[in-house]
Formats: sequence, C-alpha cells, structure tokens
Amino acid sequence: MSWLKKSAAELADALAAGEVTSVELTQAHLDQIAAVDGAVHAFLHVDAEGALAAAAASDARRAAGTPASALDGVPIAVKDVLATEGLPTTCGSKILEGWIPPYDSTVVARLKAAGLPILGKTNMDEFAMGSSTEHSAYGPTHNPWDLDRIPGGSGGGSAAAVAAFEAPLAIGTDTGGSIRQPGAVTGTVGLKPTYGGISRYGLVAMANSLDQVGPVTRTVLDSALLHEVIGGYDPLDSTSIDEPLGAFADAARTGAAGDLNGVRVGVISELGGEGYQAGVQQRFDEAVALLVKAGAEIVEVSCPSFVHALAAYYLIMPSEASSNLARFDAMRYGLRVLPEGNPDPSAEDVMRATRDAGFGDEVKRRIILGTYALSSGYYDAYYGQAQKVRTLISQDFEAAFAQADVLVSPTAPTTAFKIGEKLDDPLAMYLNDVATIPANLAGIPGLSLPAGLAPEDGLPVGFQILAPALGDDRLYRVGAALEALLEQEWGGGLLDQAPALDGSKA
Amino acid sequence: MSENLIAYDDAIAAFDPAMGLEVHVELNTNTKMFCGCAVEFGAEPNTQTCPTCLGLPGSLPVINGKAVESAIRIGLALNCEIAEWCRMARKNYFYPDMPKNFQTSQYDEPIAYDGYLDVEVDGETFRVEIERAHMEEDTGKSLHVGGSTGRIQGADYSLVDYNRAGIPLIEIVTRPILGAGEKAPAVAKAYVATLRDLLLGLDVSDVRMEQGSMRCDVNLSLAPKGSDKLGTRTETKNVNSLRSVERAARYEVSRQATLLTEGTSILQETRHWHEDTGVTTSGREKSDADDYRYFPEPDLVPVAPSREWVAELKAALPEPLREKRARLQADWGFTDLEMRDVVASDAVTLIEQTVAAGTTPQAARKWWVAELTRRANEDGVELTELPITPAQVAAIQALVDSGSLNDKLARQVFEGVLAGEGEPDAVVAARGLAVVSDDGALGEAIDRAIEANPDVAEKIRDGKHAAAGALIGAVMKDMKGQADAGRVRELILEKLA
Repeated sequence: MSWLKKSAAELADALAAGEVTSVELTQAHLDQIAAVDGAVHAFLHVDAEGALAAAAASDARRAAGTPASALDGVPIAVKDVLATEGLPTTCGSKILEGWIPPYDSTVVARLKAAGLPILGKTNMDEFAMGSSTEHSAYGPTHNPWDLDRIPGGSGGGSAAAVAAFEAPLAIGTDTGGSIRQPGAVTGTVGLKPTYGGISRYGLVAMANSLDQVGPVTRTVLDSALLHEVIGGYDPLDSTSIDEPLGAFADAARTGAAGDLNGVRVGVISELGGEGYQAGVQQRFDEAVALLVKAGAEIVEVSCPSFVHALAAYYLIMPSEASSNLARFDAMRYGLRVLPEGNPDPSAEDVMRATRDAGFGDEVKRRIILGTYALSSGYYDAYYGQAQKVRTLISQDFEAAFAQADVLVSPTAPTTAFKIGEKLDDPLAMYLNDVATIPANLAGIPGLSLPAGLAPEDGLPVGFQILAPALGDDRLYRVGAALEALLEQEWGGGLLDQAPALDGSKA
Repeated sequence: MSENLIAYDDAIAAFDPAMGLEVHVELNTNTKMFCGCAVEFGAEPNTQTCPTCLGLPGSLPVINGKAVESAIRIGLALNCEIAEWCRMARKNYFYPDMPKNFQTSQYDEPIAYDGYLDVEVDGETFRVEIERAHMEEDTGKSLHVGGSTGRIQGADYSLVDYNRAGIPLIEIVTRPILGAGEKAPAVAKAYVATLRDLLLGLDVSDVRMEQGSMRCDVNLSLAPKGSDKLGTRTETKNVNSLRSVERAARYEVSRQATLLTEGTSILQETRHWHEDTGVTTSGREKSDADDYRYFPEPDLVPVAPSREWVAELKAALPEPLREKRARLQADWGFTDLEMRDVVASDAVTLIEQTVAAGTTPQAARKWWVAELTRRANEDGVELTELPITPAQVAAIQALVDSGSLNDKLARQVFEGVLAGEGEPDAVVAARGLAVVSDDGALGEAIDRAIEANPDVAEKIRDGKHAAAGALIGAVMKDMKGQADAGRVRELILEKLA
C-alpha cells in the first residue's frame, strides 16, 4: 500500500522503524497534491520548500535518536485561518490576500516544535462563515468522493486534503460544526475539543466564545495523537483551560478493543428523524445497533431547547464576528482600496471602499446581522436573549449527561449536496449545522467519524459523539470502538471505497 | 474674552452650572493592559508593539494583573465599592488609531463605583461624588501633518503611532457636581488637583497632564437659576493642565450663557479647548446615543477580586489625603491661611519633598508659594512644570543658611536654575554669586566707601552708628550685593570705632 493511504500512526511507526524518511513522505504528499489538487482545490498555498526543509530536519533528529515527538516527520496541512509566520494567511478572503503574518499561532508553533512538516494552507469558507467552502474568495474545494459536490465547510479544504490523501493529517477549526460536518460529508474523522482545550492564539477569530481548533484525520487514533500535540493550556489565550491534557491516545487504543460494557449512550431525540435524509438516519441507527453489540446501554434523551439552538447561534456568532472583523480596515495590513471618483478620501472612505470590495456576500450578511443584533435597543432582545438560550442548552446537556456518558446523533442532516445547490438560500445552508451547533454553544467536545455510505447516493455519512466538558477522552474511547466495529464490517477504512481521483498516486 | 460673550460673573448670576469630570489616568505598570509590551514614554514610533496591541488577526488579550490591582486601590482610595465580579466589554467604533476598531473597556460592570472625593476651595469643603472608575486600554496616537493647526482639519496626511495603544487606563467619572455656583470651575480644578495628589500618593501613575498620563474632559451644562432640570451638556477635551480645567469651565459657562440668553439652544457636542486663545471650538457632535454596541469581551474571563484581597489592599493604602494635609499642616506649623495657599498653589508635595531634603517648612513655603508660584503664573505653566526640583530649592536654601548666599543672590540662583544653567552650585560658580566672606576684600571695599563718604564716616566715629546704613549700601553696591550686610556693618563699626 502506498504511504499515502497509511494512517499517521502507521507513518509514525514507519519513521521510527527507519522504513521511510520524512523527506520521502513529504515529497510523496507534495506529488499527490500536484497530481490531484487541480481538481480538488483543497490548498490555497503549498510550501514545498518549507515542508521539505522541516522534513530534512526531522530526519536528522531521527538519525540522532532525538525525535521531537511521536509524530515527528509526519506531514500536515493547516486551515488558512491560523496564523503561520512567513506563509500567507488569507482566511479564504480577498481582504487578506497576500497577508504574511509576522508570528505563528500557538497550534502551529506546537506543530513545528513537534516536528511535523507543514505542507501548506487549506481552503475554507471566507472567515469560516459557511458550511460548504463555496464562500471562499478563491473558489470552492471539491469533494473527493464526487468533484461536483461540496466537501462541507467551513473547513472543506482540510477535510478534502485528508480524504484525497494529500495529507495524512490536517488542522481545522470548528465554530458551529466546521470540522465535524466536513468530516461527515468526506468520510473523515473530525473533532472539536472542549472549549478552551486547544489554544486560540493565532486563530483569526470568527466567534470567540464558540471557536475551537481541532484535528482532521482519517482515523480516531490519529486524531488523538494530533490532539495530544496541539492541545493544552496556553498562557497567551485567557480562555484556555489550565488542566493537564487527557490521555487521548490511550483512550483510543483502549476503545479499539471494541468493549463498551457499562457505557451509557444517549440518543438525542431532537437530532434526527424529520429533516434528516433517510440514508443518513439509517446508517446512524445501524451504528447505534453496533454500539449495543459492543455492550453499550442505549437511552433516549430529550433536549427540548435544541430547537432554538440554530437561532441562538446565528445571533451570537454574527454579533461577535461583526466586532472581530472590524479590524480589517486597510489601515495596517491587507487589502486597501481607494474609493472611485474621490480624489481626497478620508480614512473612513478608504475603510468603506476596502470592506465593500474585500468582503464576500456571506461575510457582509453576517456583519450586518451582528451589528444589528448588538445595536442599542436590540441587544436585550437578540444577543442577550440568545445568551440565555445558550444557558438553557447547557442545562439540557447537563441533564442528559446525568443519564448518559456520551450522546450521539447524525453529524449532519444530509450527505454532500451539489456545488451551487444551496447558495441562493442562506437559511437552507445554515440548517446543515443544526446537529453540530449545540456542542459549540455549550462548550462541550464533539467527534464525527464515518458511519458508512448512504444507500441512495453512495455518499459518506457522519456519526457524531458528544461528551461533557473535559470528557474528550470518552469521545476517543467510544469513537475508536465504533470505528473498529465498522471497519470490521467494511473490511477496511471507508475511504477505501472512495472513487480514485484522476492521476492520484495513492 | 473674545467674541461678544457674557462675562463670567454675569453668566453665573443668571445660571446654575452642573459640571462633570472624566479623568483618564495612565497607569505606571511595566507593561501594557493586555500584552507584555513596554510602556516607556518617548520611544521611537511603533517600536513597542506586538500582535496583540496591534490587533493583528488572531491575536488575543491577557489581562495585566498589576493594572487590576491599581484599579482596585484607586477605587478604594476614592471610597468606592469594589465589584465582586465584573467583566471587560468591547466598545465598538472605527478609528485608525484603534487597531481592533473596538476598545476593550468596561461598560455596565465597572470594577469600582459609588465613591467620593472631598475637595477644598477657599476653606469650604465640597464632596465630589464618584460614579465609577473602570479599566480600559489607551488608543494609539495620531499625528496630522500638513495643516496649520496640527489637527486633522486641513492636514495632508496622518501618521499613527501604536506605542500608546494598549497602555492601561483607569477612567474616573464623577456624578454631576451641583450647587457649587460661581465656584464650580474652581471646584473642578480643585478636584483634578486633589485627585492627582491622591494618585501620586498611591504610586499608580506619574499623573503628568503635560505628558498625557492624566487627561481631563470637562462636561458642563447650565440651567436657569432656581431650575431643577439639568441643561444640555457639552464635553470639552484637550484640557491639558489644571489651569485649563478652570479656564475652560469658565469659558463654557460664558459661552453657554450667551447662547441661552439669546434663545439659542445648546448643541450636545464635544468641544476642543484652545489654551492659547482661551476658547472652545466645536469638535464632533456627541450624542448620548453614540451606539458602541457594547458586549462583554469574550476573550477574557471575568475579574472577580476576592474580598480578602480587597481588604488587604485597603489595609495597605497610604494615609488619606485630608488627614495627610492636616498632619503636614500641624508638623509644619502653618496657619490655616498659609496651608490654604499651599494647597491652592498646588505645592503640598513639592514642599514635602523640599522639607525632606533638609529645608525648614517656612523657607520651603516662601520659595514655592511666593516666589515660584509667581514665576509659574508668569510663564503660564503649572508649578510642577517649572524646571526646578525640590532638591535644588533645598540646596539653594542651604547656601542661604550657611551664609554663602543672601536672599537677593539666592533669587539670582533661582533664575539661573530655571534658565537651565545647571545645578545651584554650578550657577553660583558660573555667575560668581557667592557672598564674599573674605574680610580682607570686604575691608578694602569698606575703605573705598569711607574715602568716598568722609562726612558719613565722621558721624560714625562720633557714635552715630545708625549712619552706617549709607556706608553699608555703598559697600554692597561695590560688592555687587555679594556681601553679608551684617558682617559689613560689623567691620565698619570696628574700623571707625
């Protein structure tokens, strides 16, 4: 089997055993990117030189017997919303075209310290606003399963890169499902950690109280390994949690044995049934049955406030985003557009012209919505109310977690839709996040792993597992168990069933 | 007073002023409010910045614990309640000197609130109520180039220096000061002066108005005498000295009274004070409904100072100002009137420091309150802005005490130090001001005087010692004042005995 199809854990073992070098691995992935990314468009920027230099340094460390980490030398792609010193960081927007950050985000700094060569920056919906990556100012990313379909969003680039074997690992971010939903529609694994579990320093903020960085991988164990590299307290992020990291890789390995006796699994009645594609629901139900076979006890739980989650999210998130995006004003960095027909523009004129030209429609939509929601006289009715709904959602989760150790649902209501299909209907687009949003509102961790292909269209379906805050290890345990059982049924990973891309070297 | 404005005294006879003061204090922490950047004044532009205070995409704030402590101490010294739990908030508006286009401040949850500060004007005590004191960050500094006034109007371009962006500020807001009548401007000035002394005593800021580490906005409205409704208020900025506080307030009283008398309503706006011309001009229209879309800062966790910590800080506060002044007055042996003058001249700390350097209180008072205050008024600067230090004053007085200088010569040394000629010793040497104590030189001068005034000398020989005055005068003139008159007299009488 080509190196490209191996998991990161397998690559790490191979590197440790001297069966392959990081330079070879990195070059192989760069070759794959060159071969298929014209069609997939997962990457906005590829840094061949930097990646190979890092790979060479990794090989030197291995030769000296001093690897920087377990994943030293395993290449990775990074969503273009995280600051990378010396590499362009556009957030999928024209307003940051050509911006080269003078600093590394903490996550990137940790990846570098752990020795992972960074292949490049991946495509995304502009400023993480979207569920399809169609709102990127640089063109959409295409789902490797069917190039006419969306790869999910906002982190479609990272998920597609991993699904197309262009990278064994990637970094994503999740504010309302932007790691988990792309994971679901591309047949990959995506995790959003407990809020505060992974540093946001250097993550260009969309909604500060909701955003989290997380791993994008092909296996649950890979996610755990990557989580251990990037996670943990960061003094530069006041919202990061000052607690020791959980033993995630151990939890994944334990779970892989397939024994879930004593584990109570809660099925959230509001997240499923009507509004969910039949095939999605079917695969979900079948997966739940597998958990029972593994010894888990199923309980039905109800979280009645979830019907308000989408509305609360689409008030809180745009409000925070409208403030976060105010800094893009042509004064210090990024795009600067002078207003036409105005020979002597004021600073405000230049700000206006730049923001009008530099932001896409979805971003403008959310800034306007957020500005309105925060405006005097409306704050209590909108933002204030939404925060109260947030409390109700947290309380629903608390009550549910009193009855169950983990909660489960389909990750998204449908499989990957066609590019262009939902672009004219923002609200229809927002509904993609209905199952993922509650976890962001409550700050609890969530994992999506592949549950199979929907019978009606042969496209990947995602299975979501949720745990209480700081219970990320439970996700790894239950996720790994389910993954083991499913892969047993499939005779391998789900991605083995993906159609081969033209020219693919995998 | 320019333009045809009603004189202050007439204005204040017809209207009751309500004044409010907003004072911004730059804290003397080592680093900025939300990042580790240095805060030194006067560094090269944009050299004390980082991703956080530049508001670069992805940057995050981390709150400065020392700033929180200073905020609490200020609140306690102002007799405020200290919040058990409060948050920072975002104040959203666009301006190039604000990197994030929002200021991280506090909105409806200030860390300190409901306090007061007693101030004295002409022996009368006024209690200024403090509505709140809250934490926030400073903005960058704009330099407008090309226009004639240095302001944005008429400028060709603007430069922004972000060194100042992110420096911790405490904003202290008073409740309307009512019932002060014609004394309102003086009360305002006294409030700012007293507040400044209090902050100096806490060592939380160097409160130098001329450097911008303490800034004052003056809010003022007028109501017809006897009315209990508040009028429309204006906010006046660019009030950069204690004297400006009083002058700007008096000007606004006249201006508003003139408009109201004409039947014109007052525009609720921000005005700009011009120290050189003594007027306020219209700035930007300020509406209370300036919509800053405040919401709690989601990148920071709430500030919840424990009651134990607050009690510790309270116990460690320096002596309250009132008590301190009473103690100093007693120590120094000043009368009430003398102490009042000291306070009015803003010389308390200066005298304290001069006494600490070895001078007697009365001597210190003489120099600071009489001599140097006059000089400061002439030069149009604050007493603290004069280029002379308490140590230097003490040194000059020490020279007088030792007989090296007399009073007249001492004044010349003061002149020299103020002119930047150097330390007192250096000025004495360079200008050759020392009293001549060499009896030989004195004797020669006395001989010359006796020779020039034989009849006066004769009278003295005859026992009319009072006549010595004329000879002493002649000798002093000869010695260019550099002689001790007492010693000259002694020597004259010896010679002519």
